[in-house]
Amino acid sequence: MDAALLPNRFHNWFASRGWAPRAHQLQLIDHLEQGHSTLLIAPTGAGKTLAGFLPSLVELERKGKRKPGQAGRGIHTLYISPLKALAVDIARNLEAPVAEMGLPIKLETRTGDTPSHKRQRQKLNPPDILLTTPEQIALLLSDPLSARLFGSLETVILDELHALVTSKRGDLLSLGLARLRRLSPGLRTVGLSATVAEPEDLQAYLVDQADPKRRNLSHVVKVSGGAQPDISILDSEERLPWSGHSSRYAIPDIYQMIKAHSVSLLFVNTRSQAEMVFQELWRINEDTLPIALHHGSLDVGQRRKVEAAMASGGLRAVVATSSLDMGIDWGDIDLVINIGAPKGASRLAQRIGRANHRMDDPSKAILIPSNRFEVLECQAALAASKRGEQDTPPLRKGALDVLAQHLLGLACADPLDAVAVFDEIRSSETYRQLDWETFERVLDFVATGGYALKSYEQYAKLRKSKDGLWRISHPKIAQQYRLNVGTIVEAPKLKVRLVRSKANGRRTPVGRGGRILGEIEEYFIDQMTPGDTFLFGGEIVRFEGIRETEAYVSRSNSENPMIPSYMGGKFPLSTYLAEGVRAMLADPPSWKELPHQVRDWLEIQREKSVLPAKDGLLVETFPRSNKHYMVCYPFEGRLAHQTLGMLLTKRLERMGARPMGFVANDYALSIWGLGDLSLLFSSGKIPLERLFEQDILGDDLDAWLAESSLMKRTFRNCAVIAGLIERRHPGKEKSGRQVTVSTDLIYDVLRAHEPDHILLKATWNDAAEGLLDISRLGELLTRIQGRITHTGLEHVSPLAVPILLEIGKEPVYGEAMDSLLEETAEELVLEAME
Amino acid sequence: MSALTSHLRKYTAAPVCHDIQINGQLVGLHDSGVLWWPDEATLVVADLHLEKGSSYARRGIMLPPYDTGVTLEKLAGVIDAFDPARVICLGDSFHDPDGSDRLPAPYRAMLTTLQLGREWIWVTGNHDPVAPVRLCGETVDDVSIGPLTFRHEPIEGVGAADAVGEICGHLHPAARVRRFGRSIRRACFVTDGARLVLPAFGALTGGLNVTDEAYALVFKRRKFSVFMLGNDRLFPFTASRLVGD
Repeated sequence: MDAALLPNRFHNWFASRGWAPRAHQLQLIDHLEQGHSTLLIAPTGAGKTLAGFLPSLVELERKGKRKPGQAGRGIHTLYISPLKALAVDIARNLEAPVAEMGLPIKLETRTGDTPSHKRQRQKLNPPDILLTTPEQIALLLSDPLSARLFGSLETVILDELHALVTSKRGDLLSLGLARLRRLSPGLRTVGLSATVAEPEDLQAYLVDQADPKRRNLSHVVKVSGGAQPDISILDSEERLPWSGHSSRYAIPDIYQMIKAHSVSLLFVNTRSQAEMVFQELWRINEDTLPIALHHGSLDVGQRRKVEAAMASGGLRAVVATSSLDMGIDWGDIDLVINIGAPKGASRLAQRIGRANHRMDDPSKAILIPSNRFEVLECQAALAASKRGEQDTPPLRKGALDVLAQHLLGLACADPLDAVAVFDEIRSSETYRQLDWETFERVLDFVATGGYALKSYEQYAKLRKSKDGLWRISHPKIAQQYRLNVGTIVEAPKLKVRLVRSKANGRRTPVGRGGRILGEIEEYFIDQMTPGDTFLFGGEIVRFEGIRETEAYVSRSNSENPMIPSYMGGKFPLSTYLAEGVRAMLADPPSWKELPHQVRDWLEIQREKSVLPAKDGLLVETFPRSNKHYMVCYPFEGRLAHQTLGMLLTKRLERMGARPMGFVANDYALSIWGLGDLSLLFSSGKIPLERLFEQDILGDDLDAWLAESSLMKRTFRNCAVIAGLIERRHPGKEKSGRQVTVSTDLIYDVLRAHEPDHILLKATWNDAAEGLLDISRLGELLTRIQGRITHTGLEHVSPLAVPILLEIGKEPVYGEAMDSLLEETAEELVLEAME
Repeated sequence: MSALTSHLRKYTAAPVCHDIQINGQLVGLHDSGVLWWPDEATLVVADLHLEKGSSYARRGIMLPPYDTGVTLEKLAGVIDAFDPARVICLGDSFHDPDGSDRLPAPYRAMLTTLQLGREWIWVTGNHDPVAPVRLCGETVDDVSIGPLTFRHEPIEGVGAADAVGEICGHLHPAARVRRFGRSIRRACFVTDGARLVLPAFGALTGGLNVTDEAYALVFKRRKFSVFMLGNDRLFPFTASRLVGD
């Protein structure tokens, strides 16, 4: 590669550090110089971020310093990251070389935390390089100044692209990119990504898809390899739990590992796991090693402190959730401990990549399965890692609620020409299949709600003027838009404030002071009564009460806190790993790799029942304390199992089996009821093939969706993103807990009166793709046709124990609400009469 | 066949109600959320919140424009079934003071038809403190008939003497019960025998859980019963069995 691509200043800088520019860094400069958008795929530690910025730094160096009085030149380079913290971190890292080389470059960050006067100033006097997030891009694009701001934009760098594109934020960003391309037609994009299953998806995401027939792809630079990571699975002497996700049994082992390494990063899947592991480690932390906690519910200041301590080498270990999954530079981590199931091979690879940022040394990682099934899953992930295989999800189809939000934003910036905007939107990879009719309906939705009954014309938010352009009807609309921007709809939260306890008989009112520990979901606090204790921010606290939008807590020394069951952070098992687990179960010789406890467990299963076949479905039935249980093992992930459970329960009810409820995890599904399922299945009264027939995804699904709370939650998110209802803003509600207008009711009315409404369509698309995992369920039903094995048992089988243990811990689902009410009411009558 | 049956049922007199006594008067609670007072042939309905959709649309929040239609259809069904001599709307009949003015012509005609041949009383509420325009009926702040008093907002004060026999709305009561890890939330009637709060009848009206502080001003804590609305029947529970949201 031609080293002349780099100006002298850069060569000297590299040399002064004892470095040399890497081949892929030069390649990237070359591609961009020729005007090509490029995807850079590289493992961590390959100098990916610097590679992304180098072309811009070089160009800006050549441009030279802006003279005093010279007109502002607009933003040259946008850097977009999925995390605020990452943008801030990258800016800090970039300031060093810019200062050391004496480059005439002004770089700034812009996030939700940037003070408003600075944001205002940035619009009028923009920096050369702006580091920001997708939401900020949307906000800037809705500003009438956007054309000036981005008119001379040369480069957009998209960091952690593989993570960005998997969510609605990726949809929003792809629409933003399409607009940026229109404002600055020569624009080049740089995508920085970890290894993915389908790089072409990302290459297409980066460029204009003007030609509907041919998929346009960006250039690609791949940095191969890095050293093969050194991964092992914990082989503990302790008894392996049957179920649960606490990994408590492994805490002493984990502590020893932390002691034996200089800096460890502990990844867990949920915030409650993080709290638990942190607490347990400190319980046995005799050497008082500096161990910290980092998760998304903690106060920002607290998180920044942990990040700073980590970067300066002051910590020995951090327990973290996916809030730390990405990009941030952590210095010299020499061990990654993954606690719980990895859930996906690529996910695991990215986490392990956090260790040892020098790409030529192998990263070291240890997997800690928290129960027996997770041992199998860890084993499958390990095998995938050895083969270097990936299971990142395919590219999303752009969501319609996000489109609605974007259209309103565009209209706030400039009068909107529907035809031109339609073409612009279709030039983005995620929306290239959008048809005109759907587009028109979304636009109509933005303007007047999109109802067949045209009664809101007089209140329209957008109006078409004589010149054919759509304009917002009032400046207030732009204000409303700005408050609603973004695709992350969070469960309502309360701030958690530490106060003095009013326990111990003290009658003084709870003081106002005390610091904020972080935020917690409202529904969790709602379950509690004053005096209850829970883990938060690594401390055991006592719930004192709610005042306005804050939950007051005090320090407590209770031994048995209730543990918060935080939402989110629960990813379903990837299809790829599921296949691996099924293959392993069906192949006893492969069990020699497994810990002996797991081997024994499977041996006993083989003796007492049968093993699930690789492509079939095992259905076990057995009686237990006056109820009859059915357990099946599809291994298709919790979401697909929940949907299946819902549908099977409905069907069993119709077939007279009197089901009462079900519970699902990543591996299995259990339904129980009053009817003798063993007899019903074996006598052929309920043929299993009929029960699992594919038509279950037809009418039954529709019937269930009518009442499903999952669907209502999805609708709520869509309604907020699309701007049908206003986002709740913490602190701005009157009481924060007041009933305004319930989206559940809107959903019911809409379903009854306009089932084809565009927002219901958006909801259905979302649910089918995400919450219900319908495509995966469809594949399962096809796969198992003619391959269903039923085994009637006297007792619960070894394999069924884990799922049965989840009853009572996981939410149990079921329909037949009226019959439940009836049962409860009748039981009350009995109570009263006897 | 089934169509015929439902057609027949529509004309069968006296729908089944759950009978209770309030201040010594026998009244029936119906699973649609209305109160039927047989001695006076009076039907009572609370919190219709008509034109809530358009009220929000004025502020740029485009709720479905079907709420008024849904509510009136449901009301027409109930009036058909009971054929009352008197109808009392317990306040918040319109979502805002201009609501009755915005009422689209077909709905105005429909409402007027429902009012034909019967006495109609609009009790004022906090959302609609004024008389509706271009509609029949008498507008009052509250009204006493025999031992019962009808007003929108319950008088504050547990066990207040002037609250005995009070029938009101305003709170949009809803209750939740939990069982086998599942929970069910429904709109409900709330009563302690002395007074009664009706559930909100309107299509886009939410519910406020009866465990909320607001109810402590009306009923003694845990000393009341609720009747949750089910399909074709009501489900009674005592307050001790209920949980918060």
